[in-house]
Amino acid sequence: MAEAPSRREQNGRAAGSSSPGTRRRIDPAIAWAFGCIGLVLLVGSLYSSSFLSPQYLLQQLKVASFLGVIATGAMIVILLGQIDLSVPWVVAAGGMMATAATGWGPLGEILAIPVGIGCGVALGLISGVGVAFLRIPSMVVTLAMNAVAQGLMIVHTGGFSPQDASSPAMRVIATGDTILGIPNAVLVWAVVGVAAVFLLTRTTFGRTVYAIGNRERAAYLSGARTRLVVTAAFALAGGLSALGGVLLAGYASKAAQAMGDPYLLPAIAAVVLGGTSILGGRGSYLGTVAGVILITLLQSILSVMQMPEFGRHVTYGIVIIAMLLIYGRGRRYSE
Amino acid sequence: MSGDGPYWLREHRGTLLAFAGFVVMFTIYATNHPAGLDANVATTAANKGVLLAIVAMAQTLVVLTSGIDLSVGAVMVLANCLASGIVIGSPLMSALGVIGVLLVGALCGAINALIVIFGRLQPIVVTIASGAVYYGAALALRPVPGGDVDTALADALTGQLPGGVPASLVVLLAVVAIVWLPFRRSVIGRAAYAVGSSEIAAYMSGVPIRRAKFVAYTLSGLLASMAGLFVTFITYTGEASAANASTYTLYSIAAVVLGGVSLFGGSGSAVGAIFGAFMFRTIGDLLFVFNVEPLWQPLFQGIVLAAAVCLGAARLLRVRNRLDLYG
Repeated sequence: MAEAPSRREQNGRAAGSSSPGTRRRIDPAIAWAFGCIGLVLLVGSLYSSSFLSPQYLLQQLKVASFLGVIATGAMIVILLGQIDLSVPWVVAAGGMMATAATGWGPLGEILAIPVGIGCGVALGLISGVGVAFLRIPSMVVTLAMNAVAQGLMIVHTGGFSPQDASSPAMRVIATGDTILGIPNAVLVWAVVGVAAVFLLTRTTFGRTVYAIGNRERAAYLSGARTRLVVTAAFALAGGLSALGGVLLAGYASKAAQAMGDPYLLPAIAAVVLGGTSILGGRGSYLGTVAGVILITLLQSILSVMQMPEFGRHVTYGIVIIAMLLIYGRGRRYSE
Repeated sequence: MSGDGPYWLREHRGTLLAFAGFVVMFTIYATNHPAGLDANVATTAANKGVLLAIVAMAQTLVVLTSGIDLSVGAVMVLANCLASGIVIGSPLMSALGVIGVLLVGALCGAINALIVIFGRLQPIVVTIASGAVYYGAALALRPVPGGDVDTALADALTGQLPGGVPASLVVLLAVVAIVWLPFRRSVIGRAAYAVGSSEIAAYMSGVPIRRAKFVAYTLSGLLASMAGLFVTFITYTGEASAANASTYTLYSIAAVVLGGVSLFGGSGSAVGAIFGAFMFRTIGDLLFVFNVEPLWQPLFQGIVLAAAVCLGAARLLRVRNRLDLYG
């Protein structure tokens, strides 16, 4: 029989070989993901030589950094073995509240970015409490939170007609470049990424996240403060989604209601393509970076090749399934 | 069934709660409706409710096996686009068109099943990706909204029967009788429940795991395409709407949870999901009846949904032992 084993079985086996920091071998998933990035670039360069130009690559990295920040939050939640479906409207809330704060005057302009992120943290915190303390499945609680965030934002825009133009600071972090022509958005992603790697591999919080993803009951019995960690992880994910929204609003110089919609599924796909198990407890940040870049490049190249929109959706879906069939398969019962 | 009432009650608690919730909400709705509950009000409400109910049934079948199908909305949209092109012409042509649409839906479900079973990938990821493919196919069929449908057939299925009974409710009953009841009573159906409760235990007991999953996903695709047909009958056009696809996928999960189906698999029924869908629709209509300012409607709908879904899903209220929380 070749059935996918249950969550418990698979995680139990994976636990020994996959704790962060002890791995020395290169994860095949990450190697495959980077290999595919090379392949996509190669195919692109056959089509047009400008694909390998530094400008194009930097531009792609800049576009990727929005998805990268959002996917970082998604990854932390997925490592717990949970899922965050509230990404679309938390992203929108982050962007819209930041631009709204800009309209409050000079003080608001300074506070715009923290206000946006703060709203995301608050929304994530509520989801986290629902998952950790009320034990509601994360899929349900984040779905409901998405609906509530949508309602709040509609009341806010309709009732108070807040400013939707972004502050100068938001535009600088999303579109400017300060050092050696590297876009600031890429620097923001780099800072978020380094912080995430440190948090996941060098702190008690990170170890506990992996432990909970492997088996929550065992983590609880070993004295880990599982409920606080789960709550904090969701709050962190909410904050990162909102930061993504702040960046997007800065990039487009305004916030819009549907701005977060195209980021939910690509964020999950990027995390999973990077080798993180959707069941939790297994995965590294490098893989997520590879997944984000791969998805961004794929979308960009398909649109540059002027493939009609339907073809882009079809190719996108087929590539994800094909890559996962190569390296993301579960184990057989007999193994 | 008569001798073991308490067990029957416990097994169907979710379904009964969903039914009770719907009856209470619908009574409030009907008694406060400005025009009263006349046949037209009932028909419009029924059409909207039945559409979501069928999508929710599709989601239920997969959720019972402890999977999740994030492609139901995309299959629905694909079926809508296909139906707007082929369900037209003479009665025979229309009938063949309907069969064609249903076959395509079942095929989509079967593809999901094959990848999940033989690819050994997680259903949530597989259906995210396959949903993109199905949505792409819908876009290829209908780059811009348009098309037409057999109006006589559409009106017959979405209108009223003599006596003012909405025809869509009869359609729903027929779907339950033709798809759900045979599945629930068959060995395969029991196997699907067993897989959802504990796949390892089911495997060890020699339950036909693969067949159960295959049938569950395929029927789910079939039901999703029925919903797509119904969209076409209501709107008379086909539209590859990304918003429809994602909204119905997310609403189907909400309806399933409201209907008392466990997202962990192995418990609940499609009948519960139907009442969950009706309840979900009534929440939206209630706000309309009570003249809530349109601006505040999405927020109230969100909060009511959050409260209902969270109460339904909170495991805190059911545990007997603290360690149970961390299963």
